[in-house]
Amino acid sequence: MAVLRKTPEMVSIPNSFCPGCGHGILNRLIAEVIEENGYEKKTILTLGVGCSCNMNGSWKGDKIQTAHGRGASTAMGVKVARPDLLSIAYQGDGDAYVIGLAETINAAYRNENITVFVVNNNNFGMTGGQMSWTTMPDQKTTTSVHGRDTNWTGMPIKVPEMIATMPNVAYVARGSVQSPKEIRKLRKYVKNAIEAQLNNEGYSLVEVLAPCPTNWGMPVDKALAWMDQEVSSYYTLGELKERKGE
Amino acid sequence: MAKLTISAERCKSCKYCISVCPTKSLSLSGKLNAAGYDYVTVDHEKCTQCGTCYLVCPDNVFEVVEE
Amino acid sequence: MKKMWKGNHAIGEAAMRAGCQFYAGYPITPQTEVGEYLSWRMPELGRTFLQAENEMSAMYMIFGAYACGMRSMTSSSGPGFSLKQEGISYMCANNYPAVLVNVQRWGPGLGTLDSSQTDYLRDTRCGGNGDCRVIVLTPNSIQETIDLIYIAFDLAEKYRNPVEILSEAALGQMMEAVEFPEFKERTEDLGWTWDGTDRDHGRLANPDKPGATKAKYERIEANEQRYETYQVEDADYVFVAFGLPSRTAKNAVDILRAQGEKVGLIRPITVWPFPYKAFAEVNKDVKGFISVESTDAGQLIEDVALAAKKLRFNVPVYGQFTNQHIPKAKEVVKFYEQVKAGQIKEVF
Repeated sequence: MAVLRKTPEMVSIPNSFCPGCGHGILNRLIAEVIEENGYEKKTILTLGVGCSCNMNGSWKGDKIQTAHGRGASTAMGVKVARPDLLSIAYQGDGDAYVIGLAETINAAYRNENITVFVVNNNNFGMTGGQMSWTTMPDQKTTTSVHGRDTNWTGMPIKVPEMIATMPNVAYVARGSVQSPKEIRKLRKYVKNAIEAQLNNEGYSLVEVLAPCPTNWGMPVDKALAWMDQEVSSYYTLGELKERKGE
Repeated sequence: MAKLTISAERCKSCKYCISVCPTKSLSLSGKLNAAGYDYVTVDHEKCTQCGTCYLVCPDNVFEVVEE
Repeated sequence: MKKMWKGNHAIGEAAMRAGCQFYAGYPITPQTEVGEYLSWRMPELGRTFLQAENEMSAMYMIFGAYACGMRSMTSSSGPGFSLKQEGISYMCANNYPAVLVNVQRWGPGLGTLDSSQTDYLRDTRCGGNGDCRVIVLTPNSIQETIDLIYIAFDLAEKYRNPVEILSEAALGQMMEAVEFPEFKERTEDLGWTWDGTDRDHGRLANPDKPGATKAKYERIEANEQRYETYQVEDADYVFVAFGLPSRTAKNAVDILRAQGEKVGLIRPITVWPFPYKAFAEVNKDVKGFISVESTDAGQLIEDVALAAKKLRFNVPVYGQFTNQHIPKAKEVVKFYEQVKAGQIKEVF
């Protein structure tokens, strides 16, 4: 059955992500939800450092480029100044979970009324595919050339699970762009996360598993299959903390 | 009457859409766009305008519009 | 009517009078009382105080809030202020205003809690990456601390540039009789701030506009040099000192003048932009400059030497460096006597 589909205005400028990169899908889902809520002129996106920086050229809305890892702190400052606006931190796993782990956890700990999206593609994409805390065991990267040795470097970090244990946070979920089915679910997570903030319920986080075909050295179909078989079986998908009253 | 439209210039030839199209309506055109990518094309005879390609496309190549 | 106030508490109250709506910071001696005071004072005034997880995070909270135009401030000391340098650089890159307070403690690394001026070179050169400058104001009394904070937000917004109050441990900890100005509030839109509508933010530090930052700094250098000169017109030797050492250096001038010695004092109030204009008031036949500072190796003296060069004084520049204590007036007098007797070698 035909369903009309129109590209949201906020992502109408072509993006500069690599072919098959998952960021573009999440960009569109966020834009759809913002536009659905009528917030396209009432949103400030704080961009982390990494592939998120690409959005400086394509995201058609207010955006602040902050420093590496400081997305949640900056988005919190925005929210203090403008509680009437939607304040979103858009970051990658290296940004939010490695260099910015303290800022990410502490913003959640204080239950700041902000929304954080973290694209987890299991490596540092922008700098050319180095190991991240989210790199899978035995995964080869440019700084784990024989495969990630978890005895030495630790097991892949699960930040949403940590944050979901905090008593006050409003909403935590992990989605994926690995299939149409998961993208449909992810859209609901994005919607919940944004609406939790608009409803003053508190902190919301959505981690998004995404392929990085360029740095993984895989075509998109293989990348999606690896996410289906390996990544999403370690990084469990679904809502980790549901909204109260939902 | 709905119709699938393709912005060939935005396509990066990643083929995510081709791999998930339920009616196998999509294929690479064999032609290059300005950015040098072999862009996707649709067989309108087979396409049911289900929007799955719109859903998965990272580059907003597809729209389903009323003709 | 004047009342006795502790320096750090006065910093907090002055910021309130100046219309500061948001403060984020992290405890560190000797500036912790700034945050302690604001933690109850700001909620009382319906404003926002936040104790952050670290100094960097506090910096980026201010970064986000001032991007949206909210008068915001942070404060720290020594190693804590080092952590803020990344954010200061980002603020300069984006042309954000901000008010930053550094109540200096002595030394590198953890240092000590002693009063000193050892952050001078970092703060006047901007310790972060890139080619940026922060307007640095150096009070020498608690009243002047209040007065400078009162104008700091206006200056920061006028130039879209961070403004720093460079204080010292003793100035933060001691008490003096002071008066506060009236509460003021900026209500007008600054025009460029982030408001969700994606309007033009006029980012000046743009690689496509390489001259824009330089032009801004030249404007600040032309308009904002602040200083005090004391008996420099006929002086043979001129002391240069800021902050607390400027108070004892001024006493030394009085003692020496009473003895018939022709000495004077330049007190920079802005240390960036450095007040070259003050040196134009100095006796053309001056025999030397003496930098008096609470540092180990000499820091202010580099700017004194550059100022002497700029104003074409071909005379020696001496340095009295008193480590982690404020030089006493009699120490300054003694140092001068040694300089005059040719017992001290010039630094420049």
